[in-house]
Amino acid sequence: MTLTEADLSAIFLTLKLAGLTTVLLLLIGTPVAWWLARTRSPLKGPVGAVVALPLVLPPTVLGFYLLVLMGPQGMVGQFTQALGLGLLPFTFAGLVVASVLYSLPFVVQPVQNAFEAIGERPLEAAATLRAGPWDSFFSVILPLARPGFVTGAILGFAHTLGEFGVVLMIGGNIPDKTRVLSVTIYDHVEAMEYGQAHWLAAGMLVVSFLVLLAVNAFKPGGRQP
Amino acid sequence: MKRFIPLSALLLSLPALADQVQVAVAANFAAPMQKIAADFERDTGHKAVLAFGSTGKFYSQVKNGAPFEVLLAADDETPAKMEQEGLAVSGSRFTYAIGRLVLWSAQPGVVDAKGAVLKKGGFAHLALANPKLAPYGAAAMETMARLGVNDSLQSKFVQGENIAQTYQFVQSGNAELGFVALSQVYKDGKVTGGSAWIVPADLYSPIRQDAAVLANGKGKPAAEALMKYIKGDKAKATIKSFGYDL
Repeated sequence: MTLTEADLSAIFLTLKLAGLTTVLLLLIGTPVAWWLARTRSPLKGPVGAVVALPLVLPPTVLGFYLLVLMGPQGMVGQFTQALGLGLLPFTFAGLVVASVLYSLPFVVQPVQNAFEAIGERPLEAAATLRAGPWDSFFSVILPLARPGFVTGAILGFAHTLGEFGVVLMIGGNIPDKTRVLSVTIYDHVEAMEYGQAHWLAAGMLVVSFLVLLAVNAFKPGGRQP
Repeated sequence: MKRFIPLSALLLSLPALADQVQVAVAANFAAPMQKIAADFERDTGHKAVLAFGSTGKFYSQVKNGAPFEVLLAADDETPAKMEQEGLAVSGSRFTYAIGRLVLWSAQPGVVDAKGAVLKKGGFAHLALANPKLAPYGAAAMETMARLGVNDSLQSKFVQGENIAQTYQFVQSGNAELGFVALSQVYKDGKVTGGSAWIVPADLYSPIRQDAAVLANGKGKPAAEALMKYIKGDKAKATIKSFGYDL
């Protein structure tokens, strides 16, 4: 039993989705994490809670609301249509938007923790050496927070690989566009093609294990400091 | 004496041999089955505990020891297969409903009464259930093949994993139209909203939905009573009122 072309296409699509999502999450998540780590605003609690929502919400809830919001009657849908972008459900771009929301806490939280652990002193020291805020961010904060970024990127990537409920709700199962690996496995199981399901499922299990192993290797304060 | 009164009240309220039956119900049959189960409990005292899902999933679950006693499937192949494998009681199978396919849009005026919209086009997405998994999806593919529009529409397909999800795509307007089960948009003898073409039955093979007593329910009075009840006139009238043939 070997993988079919459709299976390979699903694997490629899943990697592409997870990779793109991780890059976007690092770009979006870093300022959010920085703000959460530094702010004394009363909004810190509510914003932190919103970021963490995907940790507790069933993916089907997120998927259902995205389907409604991004649809022709939804606020986001009317906005994207007004911009001439059309509607997001059933497109790869729609999956990327959904994945960024879905995996947000997995990137923001480790990065935020890393920022908080750095504290004020390195920044003060940098300031006394006349480093500007951007300079000190890039030459002091980023290197010190590196383990947080690595953990966040790996977790964000891995979490997006395993995304299922959200994709199911807004994807429409279109080959090469929205038919990702988890949906393909589900289809094989439902169609009683257990052989193919096993191949893909076991592959996913191994990859997930290796990813988590990598996270542990990068954990600050672990056995490899 | 004090004890006797509540006890007798309890006995009177439950007819002899009142029992429970665990029923696995195909998602498209959820609404009619809820009504039938309520009538069944009122008329016989037995209680039908319902679980809704896809027939393929129920098959895997029963094969792996799920405690269902009766299956109301979305097709006729799965119950037959289960009987062959000894998962269902042989001789218990019968067709409880024949599903009807409808091309439906949540918007009025999108779908015409003859389904010509399929040839005209003018829409971005056409929803259907995954034909590999759902009988209604297979029926939709068959219909489009008969009409010769399969190739021209292929790029517009969006697939739901089951017919309930397909309905959600169309109902939310994300797909302008789609093939769903008539039972999903039909109440008291008419289509409830939007625009629809009830696909003529000669364009696709009949969607026979079969019921069977599963091995767990063998010889259980409540399971047998439920099967008998579904064959009765009252349940049949309910099934028809939801847009199924019989």
